[in-house]
Amino acid sequence: MALPGEAPVARGHRTIYSTPSDRELVITRTFDAPRSVVWTAFTDPKHLPNWHTGPEGFTMPVCEIDLRPGGIWHYVWRNPKGREFGATGTYREVDPPNRIVHVTSVNGEEQTNTTTFTEENGRTTVTVSILCASKASRDRGLPYAKVGTESNYARLDAYLASKS
Amino acid sequence: MLARLAYGECTVGELAKPFAMSGPAVSKHLKVLERAGLIARGRDAQSRPCRLRATPIKKVAEWANDYRQFWDASYERLDAYLNHLMSEEPDDGAAR
Repeated sequence: MALPGEAPVARGHRTIYSTPSDRELVITRTFDAPRSVVWTAFTDPKHLPNWHTGPEGFTMPVCEIDLRPGGIWHYVWRNPKGREFGATGTYREVDPPNRIVHVTSVNGEEQTNTTTFTEENGRTTVTVSILCASKASRDRGLPYAKVGTESNYARLDAYLASKS
Repeated sequence: MLARLAYGECTVGELAKPFAMSGPAVSKHLKVLERAGLIARGRDAQSRPCRLRATPIKKVAEWANDYRQFWDASYERLDAYLNHLMSEEPDDGAAR
């Protein structure tokens, strides 16, 4: 029998944020798709720009992925006003379809991201663990903070325009 | 499992019941959740009852909005995109 808590699952799952330590943020989410498909969506530059774009109105004009240990990834996001900002990193571990570890430099500080994919009953749970150099840099939220901030400004612009 | 725990503390056996998972697989999954600070486990050596840890999740909310803005929106989009990928398989090469 289905548990009461399972009912809303069909409409999309909740993203869970946790902080196992001062320097970490762990983002966990389940998807109604097998692991091979989720892995492809996360690692193929043909697919990533179709969803990995953050708030509404953003695009990802550059998505380069050299998926092997020592390989480089390079992303550029563009906000609704055309302003761009990028992020680059290096893969440390690539273990399809289970696990990816990559490092990126954020304002000169190293950030290690570990992504794991586990499948259970045809659903895939993805855990993104972001390990920052310090609590302060984690709490600044970079590089995603830029997207958020830009998005807020874009919304403010729209709001101000509607008022004038 | 987290959904079940939202209804209150329960034992590992109760948690594992709806899933076709082996005992070790369930234990491993619970260890991951415990390490991530999402659940806490009791001291009772026999059953080690599990419960949700609301505090770390709530604490995250204050500073994690930047991450949330990005990941919540992206993952919502990914739900739909995965459906699209699954319906297009295999001829667009998505299943490679």
